[in-house]
Order: sequence, then structure tokens, then C-alpha cells
Amino acid sequence: MKELLDDIGRWRSAGERIAVARVVDIEGSGPREPGAAMAVTESGEVAGSVSGGCVEGAVVGQALTILAGEAQAGITTFGYSDDEAFAVGLTCGGTIHLFIEELDW
Amino acid sequence: MTIFEQYAALLRADTPVALATVIEGPGVGAKLLVQPDVDAAGTLGHPELDRVVTRDALAELEAARSGVRSYGPEGQITPEDLLDQPTVRIFIESHAPPPQMWIFGAVDFTAALARVAKVLGYRVTVCDAREVFATRRRFPMADEVKVTWPGPVFEEIGAELGPRDAVCILTHDPKFDVPAVLGALATRVGYIGVMGSRRTHARRMERLAEVGVTDPADIERLMSPVGLDIGARTPEETAVSICAEIIATHTGRTVPSLRDSTGDIHA
Repeated sequence: MKELLDDIGRWRSAGERIAVARVVDIEGSGPREPGAAMAVTESGEVAGSVSGGCVEGAVVGQALTILAGEAQAGITTFGYSDDEAFAVGLTCGGTIHLFIEELDW
Repeated sequence: MTIFEQYAALLRADTPVALATVIEGPGVGAKLLVQPDVDAAGTLGHPELDRVVTRDALAELEAARSGVRSYGPEGQITPEDLLDQPTVRIFIESHAPPPQMWIFGAVDFTAALARVAKVLGYRVTVCDAREVFATRRRFPMADEVKVTWPGPVFEEIGAELGPRDAVCILTHDPKFDVPAVLGALATRVGYIGVMGSRRTHARRMERLAEVGVTDPADIERLMSPVGLDIGARTPEETAVSICAEIIATHTGRTVPSLRDSTGDIHA
């Protein structure tokens, strides 16, 4: 999260709404440890990463859905066991659990 | 200040802090900001849940570990109490440099101790003055292996050692033990363990007295012979007894340490 603070600060002072995705758990090999985070603004700007680039696109989509009020904050899973794996799977073969929420706290 | 603003300020200052977030169950998104020696900010929805998570978050912070834990909505942790209760899953995100363990002496016990210390989240450095023993190949689990005498090590890193860190002196050799103990005592390190038989220990205390270690407060800091009195036999069992003693030192629990008993060290 620390590496996102500059971007988040700038966005917040510009009045942008922001969603934050954090890695909370990994199974098998995962490119980033729990705590890795990325932030997405309503206008689609992105800072940070939660994988080696495998799932970031899908995370942006989910973050925007939450900011639009079309989904609740919650856990999103990417990986082998998931059907989505074929679309946005992790190349390392692991499973990654993310918690995505609006940064309104 | 919002929780995020407090959290951001602490992160920028590199102050150890843990952020607990409900990620599943009742109250998704609720936050509790936990710091050592400071009242927690925010709430996860129930005072007892806040209390239990604060305790666990401080332990996770000490080990510099982040992860998910499950509780009942009122902080229940035992399986029987959780029956028929919704589970609250909480992500604890820790921000702290990992605690350090410096092991002096590249002996048989060193590899086992380094391994157990890694499990507990330590950054482990092995030091020995003997080039043939202090090799990466013998201690692949260590974060660093240094060929050096204790004196220069403490000159270099002494100031950064603190209450969460540990120094374990396993050499059994007064040439090495004595300067290592002197170096460790000059720091704020939270745990100093010194290995040896009861006879080695008695001789070492004489030598330390000769070089001026006579202050009872200093002697009180030395866990010597090192480890809990659990009858450990193998290097692995000894490593567990040492690490358990370190945990007890941090938590302030009274457990039977070898230095407080007189019987056989090994079962």
C-alpha cells in the first residue's frame, strides 16, 4: 500500500473516487505476497499491481463495477480452479484471492 | 483523521502498524488499525472481536506477517463457539520490517535454528569466523552468511537491534562467545541466548566476570544455557526450545528455562 500513497493522495485531493484491490491470500505459487495492492480510479487510472500482470485487467474491470455500485466490496479469486482462469489465469498456476473495495474509509 | 489518513501517515513514517479488514461475513469492509502500545482505532463491529483481533494483529506484526484469520462475530475463536455462527474472515495486513536473528557459530544446531526461525518470520544471519564452516552451502535457509568475528558485526548493526530481535550464540568457544555476549549486551536486543552444557556455562560466566560482566541486570538478560527445559535432544528439538523461549520472553510468560533449573539438559 505504501507505494500507492502518492497516487492515492493526488487522486483524493482531485476528488476522484478510488477502489483498492489487495492480495489477501495465495495458494500455490503466486507472484505477489498478501498485502500487495493496486488502486483504480473512477476514470480508469491505475497504480500498483497484484500479480505479474496476469490479472490486472480483470481487477480494473471489477474495481470499476464496484465504484459504479453494481457490485459489493468482496473477495475475487483468480486461478486454476476458477473458470475465469482460461480468460485471465495466472501463468504461474497458483490461485490468488483479492479483496476489492472502495477507498471510502 | 479517517482510518486511511492515519494509516497513510504511519506508513510514510515507517511506523509498525497493522490494518485489519473484514473481508467476508457480517460487516465487510470494517476496519481496525492496530499499533503496539497505542489504542486501536476503528472497529470491526464488536468490542470483543476488536480485542481478540488486536491481540492477534500485534503478534502478526511482530512476525511481520500478513494473512487471513477467521473469527465468530463476537470474537469467538474455538471451533465449538463457532458452531451455528457466521464466520467473520479478517485480513490482517502488517507493516513492519521482519525481526532479525543473528546466530553466532556455524555449528550443527545452527541450520536447525535458522530453519525454525525462518518459519517464525525472522531475517536470519549466520556468523562464524571460520571460512570453511560459514558457507552458503551449509546454510541455504539463512538470509545471509557472514565470515566475521562478533566485534565488527555489533559495531556495524548493534544500533539497529531492538526488542523484537534475537542474538543466539552457539559456538561453545570462549574466544567467540565472550566478545559475542559483550557485543549483544551493548545493544537493545530483546533476547540473548548462549548455548552450552552446564559446565561450559559456569566457565563462561567466570570468563565474563573477568571481563567485567558483573551487573546483575546484564546477567539477567543472558538466557544461558539457552532454551526451555523441555528435554530437547536433537538440533531440531533444541531449535524449538530456543524459539519457544524467545516467544515466552516477548510475551512475558513464565516457563521453565534451562537457566533456572539444574538437572540434565537433554532427556
